[in-house]
Amino acid sequence: MAEKKEEFIKVKANWNIPFTHSAGKCASHFFQEMREKKRILGIRCPKCQRVMLPPRSFCERCFVATTDWVPVKDEGVVESVSINYMEYTGMPKPPYAIAFIRLDGSDSNLMHFVGGVDLSDWKKAKDLVKIGTRVKAVWKEEREGRMTDIMYFKPVSAK
Amino acid sequence: MRRVAIIGVGQTKFRTRRDDATHEELTFEGVSRTLEDAGLSISQIDSFIYGTMDPFDGVNSPDKWCVGGAGAVGKPFIKISTGGTTGLTAGIAAYHQVASGAFDISMAVCTQRVGVGDDAQSILNTCVCPIYERDAGAGAISIGAHQASRHMFKYGSTDYQRALISVDAHKNALNNPNAHIQVDVNPEDVLNSRMIEWPLRLLECCPRSDGACAVIFASEEAAKKLCPHPAWVWGEASILDSYWWGERPDLADWDVLSLAGRRLFKMAGISNPLKEIDVAELYAPFTSQILLELEALGFCGHGEAGPLIEKGVFKMDGEMAVTPSGGVLCTNPIGATGLVRLTEAVLQVTGKAGQHQVPGAEVALAHAWGGTMQLHALMIVGKHKR
Ligand SMILES: [Zn+2]
Repeated sequence: MAEKKEEFIKVKANWNIPFTHSAGKCASHFFQEMREKKRILGIRCPKCQRVMLPPRSFCERCFVATTDWVPVKDEGVVESVSINYMEYTGMPKPPYAIAFIRLDGSDSNLMHFVGGVDLSDWKKAKDLVKIGTRVKAVWKEEREGRMTDIMYFKPVSAK
Repeated sequence: MRRVAIIGVGQTKFRTRRDDATHEELTFEGVSRTLEDAGLSISQIDSFIYGTMDPFDGVNSPDKWCVGGAGAVGKPFIKISTGGTTGLTAGIAAYHQVASGAFDISMAVCTQRVGVGDDAQSILNTCVCPIYERDAGAGAISIGAHQASRHMFKYGSTDYQRALISVDAHKNALNNPNAHIQVDVNPEDVLNSRMIEWPLRLLECCPRSDGACAVIFASEEAAKKLCPHPAWVWGEASILDSYWWGERPDLADWDVLSLAGRRLFKMAGISNPLKEIDVAELYAPFTSQILLELEALGFCGHGEAGPLIEKGVFKMDGEMAVTPSGGVLCTNPIGATGLVRLTEAVLQVTGKAGQHQVPGAEVALAHAWGGTMQLHALMIVGKHKR
């Protein structure tokens, strides 16, 4: 006689809690410039002189407040890249390429998408969004003051 | 600081889901195994450090739930949560409690249930800054993928070399009864497995695991009375980097790990890590991280790890065995994983690792990283006092 398989009860639960984060003074200015002027601003540390992007109200290396806004170009170079093919709850639809981009005039890397090229087959995509690829921001028409006001950075060589 | 011994270790078997137990029951199971190993009763533990990474378990601060299962009611208790580093940070904190003289016997306990949530990457994405970076859709896999792509670009490491790392880990896990994933794979299996996040394939990424682990630290005096053959702590180090990925000079080099490694080796009196260390239990949920970690810790030069892996230097019978347990690639109960690394290091130097014992191992290193490739914790244990 087959033994009855032990049953373990499962209890379902769910977290779906909206949050409203404060962007603060510094990021608010940065987002307003993106929204209204399609302009990307870095911020300079008065001590080590590096231009930080994304801008923060202090330099954590020197532990001093930052004050000088510095326009950087919406064009730069891919420093590292990955291409995601998996779908995760509440996250962007794959495929998408995540890159760290050194925009001209900045001393740190911005995390954003590289797009505007066909990413569906990784064997081809890996040669389209390589490290060293020059990319330029593709802006949304309707902007809300958020990182996604830039849809993605597109390789400048792509048609 | 007092000399500290590790007099008991224990872990549950790890698997995707443990539907036969609740969170606190899993903790009870892990702690019971450790007490059994040490031959101690719970009343002999003076203080508790509890590690878990919120909120994988779907309960905010599951440490509150677990105190009964840890045997900690009525005792001093501190909760630690440093992402993937959690388990080893908990170990370091318990070590400090004893080394400082505050307590004679302290237990680090970690429980994590990554399997209860439908989607670990979505939870990991909530670690990313909601203002600037979260919209870019990065999870923990993105960290390993960027390190891989950058390492390939800078040093010429290859998909094949990373596939060998996966093969070695899976073969080692077959000899570890507690390991979660137990399948034999060859390099072609790895290279042909599904692309998850280029350049990382499925067999280059860790599973989600449920389980618990506990480790007992004791003063030299207490150890003398309680344990004939303990493991001795030779040194520890921990370090924190910036939250911001974009602040890292180069993702191919784990600079803060190098810094922490130098502090560790100085404290432990190690001058040639590859020669003097027999086993390294490295925290690498993604194959690429073995390359960066071996290089950052000075087991070889930058860019040399890949070719040395091809030569078999880090296999079970190589010059230094890397993750004889099968490592994080085969078992990852995230907030407990760092303590599992220490447990495995202790098993090796006390000769209790069974089927995955490295013959004659006397010195072992345990490592964990966490956060946005941000934190590291390290400990070296030895068969003899130092
Ligand atoms: Zn500065």
